[in-house]
Amino acid sequence: MLGRVQVPPKVKRGETFEVRVLIQHPMETGFRRDINGAVIPAHVVDRLVCRIAGREVFSAELGTGVAANPYIAFFARAEQGGPVEVEWSDDRGQKGRAVTTLDVG
Amino acid sequence: MRRRRFLAASGVALASQALPVAAQRFQPAQDVGPLLEKLAGGKRPEPGGMKLEVPQIAENGNSVPLRIAVESPMTATSYVSAIHVVAERNPRPMVATFRLGPHSGRAEISTRIRLAGTQKLRVLAAMSDGHFRLGEVEVLVTSAACLDESL
Amino acid sequence: MSARLAAALALGALGAAAQGPQPPQGGSHFQSADLRALQADDFANPGMLWAARGEALWSQKRGEGPACSSCHGEASKSMRGVAASYPKHSPALGKVLNLEQRINACVTANQKGPALAWESDELLGLTTYVARQSNGMPVEVSIDGPAAGAYERGRTLYFERQGQLNLACNQCHDANWGKTLLAEKISQGHPVDWPAYRMEWQKLGSLQRRLRACYFGVRAALPDFGSPELVALELYLAARARGLSASVPGVRR
Repeated sequence: MLGRVQVPPKVKRGETFEVRVLIQHPMETGFRRDINGAVIPAHVVDRLVCRIAGREVFSAELGTGVAANPYIAFFARAEQGGPVEVEWSDDRGQKGRAVTTLDVG
Repeated sequence: MRRRRFLAASGVALASQALPVAAQRFQPAQDVGPLLEKLAGGKRPEPGGMKLEVPQIAENGNSVPLRIAVESPMTATSYVSAIHVVAERNPRPMVATFRLGPHSGRAEISTRIRLAGTQKLRVLAAMSDGHFRLGEVEVLVTSAACLDESL
Repeated sequence: MSARLAAALALGALGAAAQGPQPPQGGSHFQSADLRALQADDFANPGMLWAARGEALWSQKRGEGPACSSCHGEASKSMRGVAASYPKHSPALGKVLNLEQRINACVTANQKGPALAWESDELLGLTTYVARQSNGMPVEVSIDGPAAGAYERGRTLYFERQGQLNLACNQCHDANWGKTLLAEKISQGHPVDWPAYRMEWQKLGSLQRRLRACYFGVRAALPDFGSPELVALELYLAARARGLSASVPGVRR
């Protein structure tokens, strides 16, 4: 699954910065019908975790009320630089991952 | 007579076929009290203590921008641990839960949500001291001008 | 001097032929502040997910033949300005092609792969990625010579009343642009930021899908994807949008 994560190019130690995540996913509600009238089964990303330098800083439980191609932005305090990893999974067990690097200086 | 009976019967059939769509469109607000009570572990949340940014008039219920900022120093001893979003007229009112901690620095979340029609949106914030806060905002959801069942 | 004069005369004639609303404004102009900001945000614009997919596909093989990048190298150089000249007549195929059709012609003839389906993430991805390479450049299509027939057909279609509502394109997009239809502003119908992400669709879609949605809106029969009618209409709209800059992917209500 395609997804992206973004942090500012450089942050100071102790500074609070925004982490932005965008995931390609239909977030099907299970309440829609296709052109032939058949119910389109529910299919949603239901879990998302963000770790910075190995430490979990944020997680989310999502449902059908989150818009298609979910966008989620949150904050974190810069303690140490390293990989910013976002991992998510959907209700069919499919997993996705996006990584960027946090430069603390 | 026979023809009239046929028309009446087909009219009923059409009406009952149309029902699920209509029911979906005009789904009444559900009582989300029990859901909020469960999320707050039976505690009574204090009103306010947060800023909710959402358009008063949402142009498309498929994607409504929402920003939640809960007032908190976000220190090791005083922080927001979770933010729950509840939409009373969505077929599944539990929209999302975001889990934060002192390392979040700021208790602020931006996302885009679905709203199945005009309704009151509720945000419940769990504080590290065991208290809860509840924010509420009315959102009017409009429809597109042109029908589009293309593709 | 005479060449310049001829060019100026040709431009004047063209201007008269494809005179649209003044001043011309792209579709995003008629969107809410929220959607305009989302379109301008290269990270949060959900259409960028398709652009990213297209970028990855650019260097992937689809058959026995080469990947796009094997012949065309870096898209930022080789594809700069290309999409701004589409739809365009293909001498090899003897007809006017839109960008999706041009990409698919390469996929089947050179890459020796199966044609990418209309509105598939693959075709939308590659189209968006290639189209983005013209961002900031004015749309400039050729409407004479072998493209003249398609242009005329597109122009005729634009002014032809269609469907149960008996409406022509120009009745909304020339005569009533900027006015409010329910809670929506009517655009001038300039297609400079397509493919676009449409909230109504909850995904990215092609200009042809958007045109089909208009056909549906006036309760007319929907032309097939890739049909000569839709390509002709795309060509007329592109000519009518001349001078506006490309800005792909757009974001729509």
